[in-house]
Amino acid sequence: MTRKQKRLAIIGGGVGFLTMAILLVMFAFSQAIAYFYVPSDLAKADVPPGTRIRLGGLVEAGSVKRGDGKTVTFTVTDTLGQVPVTYTGILPDLFREGQGVVTEGTFVAGSSVFVADSVLAKHDETYMPKDVADRLKAQGVELSGKETVR
Amino acid sequence: MIIELGHYALVLALATAFVQAALPILGARLNDRALMELASSAAVACFLLVAFAFAVLTFAYVTSDFSVRNVWENSHSLKPLIYKISGVWGNHEGSMLLWLLILVFFSALVATFGRNLPETLKANVLAVQAWIAVAFTLFILLTSNPFARLIPAPGEGKDLNPILQDVGLAIHPPLLYLGYVGFSVCFSFAIAALIEGRIDAAWARWVRPWTLAAWTFLTAGISMGSYWAYYELGWGGWWFWDPVENASFMPWLAGTALLHSALVMEKREALKIWTVLLAIMTFSLSLLGTFLVRSGVLTSVHAFATDPTRGIFILAILVFFIGGAFSLFAFRASRLKAGGIFAPISREGALVFNNLILTTATATVLTGTLYPLVLEALTGDKISVGPPFFNMTFGLLMLPLLFAVPFGPLLAWKRGDLMGVAQRLFAAVAVGLVVGSGYYYAMNGGPILALFGIALGVYMIGGSLTDLALRSGLGKVAGNVAWRRFSGLPRSAFGTALAHIGLGVTLIGIVAVTAFETETVVEMKPGMTVDAGGYTLRFDGMRNGSGPNYSEESGHFTISSGGVVVTDIWSSKRLYQARRMPTTEAGIRTFGLSQLYVSLGDQISEGGIVVRIWWKPMILCIWGGTLFMMAGGFVSLSDRRLRVGAPTRAKRPKTIPVGAAE
Repeated sequence: MTRKQKRLAIIGGGVGFLTMAILLVMFAFSQAIAYFYVPSDLAKADVPPGTRIRLGGLVEAGSVKRGDGKTVTFTVTDTLGQVPVTYTGILPDLFREGQGVVTEGTFVAGSSVFVADSVLAKHDETYMPKDVADRLKAQGVELSGKETVR
Repeated sequence: MIIELGHYALVLALATAFVQAALPILGARLNDRALMELASSAAVACFLLVAFAFAVLTFAYVTSDFSVRNVWENSHSLKPLIYKISGVWGNHEGSMLLWLLILVFFSALVATFGRNLPETLKANVLAVQAWIAVAFTLFILLTSNPFARLIPAPGEGKDLNPILQDVGLAIHPPLLYLGYVGFSVCFSFAIAALIEGRIDAAWARWVRPWTLAAWTFLTAGISMGSYWAYYELGWGGWWFWDPVENASFMPWLAGTALLHSALVMEKREALKIWTVLLAIMTFSLSLLGTFLVRSGVLTSVHAFATDPTRGIFILAILVFFIGGAFSLFAFRASRLKAGGIFAPISREGALVFNNLILTTATATVLTGTLYPLVLEALTGDKISVGPPFFNMTFGLLMLPLLFAVPFGPLLAWKRGDLMGVAQRLFAAVAVGLVVGSGYYYAMNGGPILALFGIALGVYMIGGSLTDLALRSGLGKVAGNVAWRRFSGLPRSAFGTALAHIGLGVTLIGIVAVTAFETETVVEMKPGMTVDAGGYTLRFDGMRNGSGPNYSEESGHFTISSGGVVVTDIWSSKRLYQARRMPTTEAGIRTFGLSQLYVSLGDQISEGGIVVRIWWKPMILCIWGGTLFMMAGGFVSLSDRRLRVGAPTRAKRPKTIPVGAAE
């Protein structure tokens, strides 16, 4: 191979790989990300069943019910809207009624119940998921207690 | 009083850093020896001053001096001593001080061990290090003073976040910072080269040990952090593609690329400009990581507190250094003489392939990490980019690299023989497929991809061993000759092999856990049994207990195999009094390389409790592999070729007569 051909081979290979990577990233962005909603958004935004989303808000006081042991149902609210959620598994240590929570999962076709496969109520007792806090504040909900956003 | 001395030492350190930042660089311009030599003494002085400040803060923690706001916010008099010490960096201010301490520690190392460096280069490198030190000392003094007093002093502290009360905190941040911040040396070398407008193979030889050291520590830090998250959070996961994890993973990927490109530069004087760029990028990613973690743009266990001024200050540091470095690069890179071009099929070609994939993969992780932030800033939409995205993009992109890893060391420099290498790797491929299928059938099937995943891992291990065997002529020459050749191989060859073996081991762990782990969530009452991974767990009941600063409820499980009791597990939920914060202490038992992981949920009825039980086959391989990588790093670092002080010393006589030393 001449010098020129070598250079072409290297640059061509590199550009080819990069193009592939960019296409892959774009494809992944269209498939593998989850949008964040609070309950009152869901009336406006039409989320088709089966689409993964994150649903955040406060766990409504008195709404937590345990089914046959591992399955839990509760209501997520942003005071303007409510969404019933079911979850099977162990709730995080910091999951409490009246506290902020982010759930991830899908709506099942023909039902208004959100089936969550992960529930996050993270790390710190004063921690309120940032997304939730921002949205609740934007809607004028008073965040009681200590500084809720850290 | 002593607290104020610590604060004062930090101010003095700032002044020293200013001197170190300005005068040596002037000396290098004017060719003034005295000014250049000032850099070394200033670097050592700066290190001593910051070390003193750090010691003072540690003293305040150990003596529980709650008149210091930082101690009051993050400590408690009942906390065990080790957590009082590690609590020093378990908060924003303290961790930034540790960051600074490690930065000036590296400057002092360059000053002490860089005796053979050309004077001007050394002066410039230390000056650039000092710019970084100035920026971060200012940051600490102006926005995050750990020595701020609280008057009147409260009687008791607020305690450290219970999740951080673990030996993990004692080890993970210092190791991670040694890696993160260690890359600052590579950055400084790159900037110094750009300032001088001159660069050669020797430059790569000086930079490589620092890269290697930083990389090794970063590997250790990330691995440690992953294991800590695994056993402490009680979620059973070992990697979440959390932005904070990515923040440390990106410099690791770029650093790995730098390690390989510096090799090409050292051996073939090619890829010079690229290597300089990579050195800048690696530390820029470290700075970006610091920004992401410390500014509070992300919420996570690492974001201790959010104060907008801090975020903006770090952002300014980030913009100054990254922007400055890239502008300097843009202006000066053309002055560096470009290296030669080479054949695509060759050792250097393989290393370019490595760099191409690693940097692309880094860019992918960067995109996935920053996209939610950018999208929110632009459109207000909130999204989460999670594991599915990274598995799809990063996973697929890395695949060709993993397959190519054993080829690299086997290809000759300048012109390689791809077919020949493929033939030599035939045995490794065969062994990989046999082991992969064997494991697959032992696990009674599963996803077929797992078979190939395991095979790929075994092939990488086999390929690295093949390289060592071929180099020592195993099978071609007599056994004792082969042994002599083997023990005479350069340390860097062993380093390469160990690191690549480690990658294979980690891959095997990842594939096995992903494909074959089992998870059972069940409500258990005393006497009930559950099967997992061939073992039977019997729940015996709950017990209440307490520790120095917490109370806990523990569940006891008896584990038996084939009716015989093997061992038992305690798994508990704790409540830390000071913060009223519950945590889960998972119960973990190791069987060979696999683990049983038991985590407790809520108590439902009397005696009944929700239990989550995982069987994690081969999971220890994930971290075991990183031990191999670290070993590879250290072995390679001990190669005499890279010993910073002695690049050209003559070889010592090989055999010293027995008894001569007595």
